[in-house]
Amino acid sequence: MADLSSTIAGIRSPNPFWLASAPPTDKLTNVVRAFKAGWGGVVWKTLGEDPPVVNVSSRYGAHLDTDRRLIGLNNIELISDRPLDVNLQEIIQVKRDFPDRAMVVSLMARMAEEAWAGLARKVEATGADGLELNLGCPHGMCERGMGSAIGQVPEMVEQVTRWVKNATRMPVIVKLTPNITNILWSAEAAKRAGADAVSLINTVNSIVAVDLDSMAPTPVVDGKGSHGGYCGPAVKPIALNMVAEIARNPDTRGLPISGIGGVTTWRDAAEFLALGATNVQVCTAAMTYGFKIVEDMIGGLSNWMDEKGYQTLDQLSGRAVCNVVNWNDLNMNFSTKAVIDPALCIDCGRCHIVCEDTSHQAIRIDQGEGRRVFTVVNEECVGCNLCSHICPVPDCITMVPEQNNLPYVTWPNDARNPMRVPEAAAE
Amino acid sequence: MTLIATLPTEDRPASPYADLTPPMTPVQALAESNRCLFCYDAPCVRACPTGIDIPAFIRSIATGNLKGAATTILSENIMGGTCGRVCPTETLCEQSCVRNRAEDRPVAIGRLQRHATDRLIDGEPAHPFPRAASTGKRVAVVGSGPAGLSCAHRLATLGHDVTVFEAKPKSGGLNEYGLAPYKMADDFAQREVAFILGVGGITVEHGRRLGADLSLEALRRDFDAVFLGLGLGGNNRLNIPGEERAGVEDATAFIERVRQAPPGQPPAVGRSVVVIGGGNTAIDAAIQAKRLGAEDVTLVYRRGRAQMGATPWEQELAQTEGVVLKTFAAPKDIGADGITFERTRLVDGTLAGTGETFTLQADMVLKAVGQKLSAEALDGLQLAGGKIAVDDAYRTTLAKVWAGGDCVGSGEDLTVQSVQDGKLAALSIHSHLSA
Ligand SMILES: Cc1cc2nc3c(=O)[nH]c(=O)nc-3n(C[C@H](O)[C@H](O)[C@H](O)COP(=O)(O)O)c2cc1C
Ligand code: SF4
Ligand code: SF4
Ligand code: SF4
Repeated sequence: MADLSSTIAGIRSPNPFWLASAPPTDKLTNVVRAFKAGWGGVVWKTLGEDPPVVNVSSRYGAHLDTDRRLIGLNNIELISDRPLDVNLQEIIQVKRDFPDRAMVVSLMARMAEEAWAGLARKVEATGADGLELNLGCPHGMCERGMGSAIGQVPEMVEQVTRWVKNATRMPVIVKLTPNITNILWSAEAAKRAGADAVSLINTVNSIVAVDLDSMAPTPVVDGKGSHGGYCGPAVKPIALNMVAEIARNPDTRGLPISGIGGVTTWRDAAEFLALGATNVQVCTAAMTYGFKIVEDMIGGLSNWMDEKGYQTLDQLSGRAVCNVVNWNDLNMNFSTKAVIDPALCIDCGRCHIVCEDTSHQAIRIDQGEGRRVFTVVNEECVGCNLCSHICPVPDCITMVPEQNNLPYVTWPNDARNPMRVPEAAAE
Repeated sequence: MTLIATLPTEDRPASPYADLTPPMTPVQALAESNRCLFCYDAPCVRACPTGIDIPAFIRSIATGNLKGAATTILSENIMGGTCGRVCPTETLCEQSCVRNRAEDRPVAIGRLQRHATDRLIDGEPAHPFPRAASTGKRVAVVGSGPAGLSCAHRLATLGHDVTVFEAKPKSGGLNEYGLAPYKMADDFAQREVAFILGVGGITVEHGRRLGADLSLEALRRDFDAVFLGLGLGGNNRLNIPGEERAGVEDATAFIERVRQAPPGQPPAVGRSVVVIGGGNTAIDAAIQAKRLGAEDVTLVYRRGRAQMGATPWEQELAQTEGVVLKTFAAPKDIGADGITFERTRLVDGTLAGTGETFTLQADMVLKAVGQKLSAEALDGLQLAGGKIAVDDAYRTTLAKVWAGGDCVGSGEDLTVQSVQDGKLAALSIHSHLSA
């Protein structure tokens, strides 16, 4: 059976599934329940200087599918609203009771060395395994000069990271905000300052929905709403890209990454790992289903690794990074065509109409015995994949590469490119 | 025969008039509507005699646009409420649903249809289809059943003035008098009639029967067009000894009695009831007798289950309700307290008696062996196969006279087919009147 034990920035945990800093890790009761359920580690809900913040009532908004499945969640909560000392005492107790689990504590403070250093030293005294710097919260806290207000300025990311590194011997993970132009700038800043790892993404700035009766963004607080932080399944693609950017960029390559954003299944986790993450953090999935979901995350990842022959997470981590390239490095001569399996087809006609209305008019309908037969016209099909994605039956439409025996040619070298660099290395 | 139902009241349905299939809850409708794949040129639509845009209305349910869903349904089928309740969906739209192919379970189109239309019919103050400017043309519609009302409604929206002549004291035809109460609970037929008439421009005259004070000739003279939605007034007979005995009754008459009984005072049924026939009406009557407290209800059909007009789903429903199905037995003689059958079998597709007989005890016998057109007062109209002959545009052989519904041979004798006939005949009449 695959070994799921994981180490990031020197912090060990029995499996790579941590709970992200958020309500699931807000206090002892939750964290004990999480550890009993099997989570490998937690990042404690962000702590700040006393007095604690005060939250508003009505805090979450949701992006739901028509069948009420949660696609994304948004929140306008601030950091921990409990006294610092209460949190620290609970951290001491939980770490003592669960010594094998990772206990990382998230911090946020104003742009002042004594604030960050003071918090770091207090946490170090608890016996916690490490720190995570919350430089990402895109609502509320940023209006007080914290969270994303710091994370959006690379120089400030670097400065805060240095202050904390100087104040503690604990590993420091810098949590990055996605609400920036280029994730590499803040990742490089963290690396320059000696961060032991980065974690990403924090929530995406958003208005998740509008209450059409009160005519206000949700969550509605007495008739008004504010922008909030978006997370859950919908943000996974954004997070994957940012993780991959850091993993493949020469300046940041090798910086350990804790992958966050929409992890809901073991498969999501495997994808983050493949793109270079060392472990993953989860918030929304736990807030949607409770802590028990970690069982299938662990079991599913383990079974899949066995099936694929990966014995440790190290063997898996980063396996897909070399295949993430710029568009200009793709093979212009590659061609793939949709193929429909008539035995699996249930006759819904969706592939035809989407190709007909919105793509390349490449799916023909013939009248078969009591049902329609759908066939891809190879000459028209550009291999866009649309039909294979929208077909309701798994594996009914597959994409089959053509054997055209053409060489790998990228756009810069393609004869059709008017800006083509004349090929120096022509054979 | 003495009629005393004996089934312990504890084992009877709370009300024999209650919905057999309850309406969907909003949560059920949400879950079920999300199963629809929004098919292109959907097979279910092709299987609906009225061509309702099923994926469109189901998507509207899923997005919370219930009014839009109802309007989509009613624009093709003004009796979408009744059809959602009584259509044999398992042989129509739901049989064609692509969800059957991989999952063996279609989208519950009929129940969703009821869900959408109920809300509009119960709650919407304004009629969803406004009338066009008056054309000044007057159309007579004979019969206020599904064909007649569908035709009248469509004509009214197109700006014509319609007078409906109805023999019975209430409108609705079979919806009011012929469908089992458990399909049309809470007086739905009358609520639907009120909704349909809400469009305006339709006057219903009750107690007006063709052949009594009403002649086809006069109608043709006094109106710009005439539509006949007469239904099938006559019942086939068994033509066996004892058919006139007390306790022997047409199933349609029995259902009519049940439907028209004052609430809380359903008519008495026998202890042992035998229903003869194999179609919807036979099933309706058998289930209804059972729900009213009959101890034994046996439905006897002279052919096999595969040949029954009732769908397999209906047959199973009857069995679940406690009706015993007996096949390959033809009635021979009705005695004082029993009815004698001869066993039959199919020889090369033709039914043959075997000579072997058996007797079922019965204190109530319900005959459901088919209905037929009562052809009196139809002078001058050509018939075909015992029904009024019409062309593709629902024109009869008499000028200015159209016909549709069960009295013509357009398709199966189903409510939904009658609604379609009425709608298409109205469009045909309209193009004639606008020419
Ligand atoms: C209600 C709520 C509160 C959160 N509070 C914090 C916080 O205090 N500190 C922090 O670093 N991230 C916070 N987050 C962000 C999460 O830790 C995580 O980065 C984000 O939700 C993306 O992961 P997910 O898609 O698994 O939810 C919060 C998220 C939610 C939903
Ligand atoms: S989308 Fe899939 S199931 Fe539907 S018609 Fe096309 S191939 Fe068949
Ligand atoms: S891959 Fe794209 S172009 Fe080809 S058939 Fe499918 S939808 Fe059409
Ligand atoms: S066939 Fe079934 S899934 Fe397709 S549109 Fe009709 S109801 Fe929906």
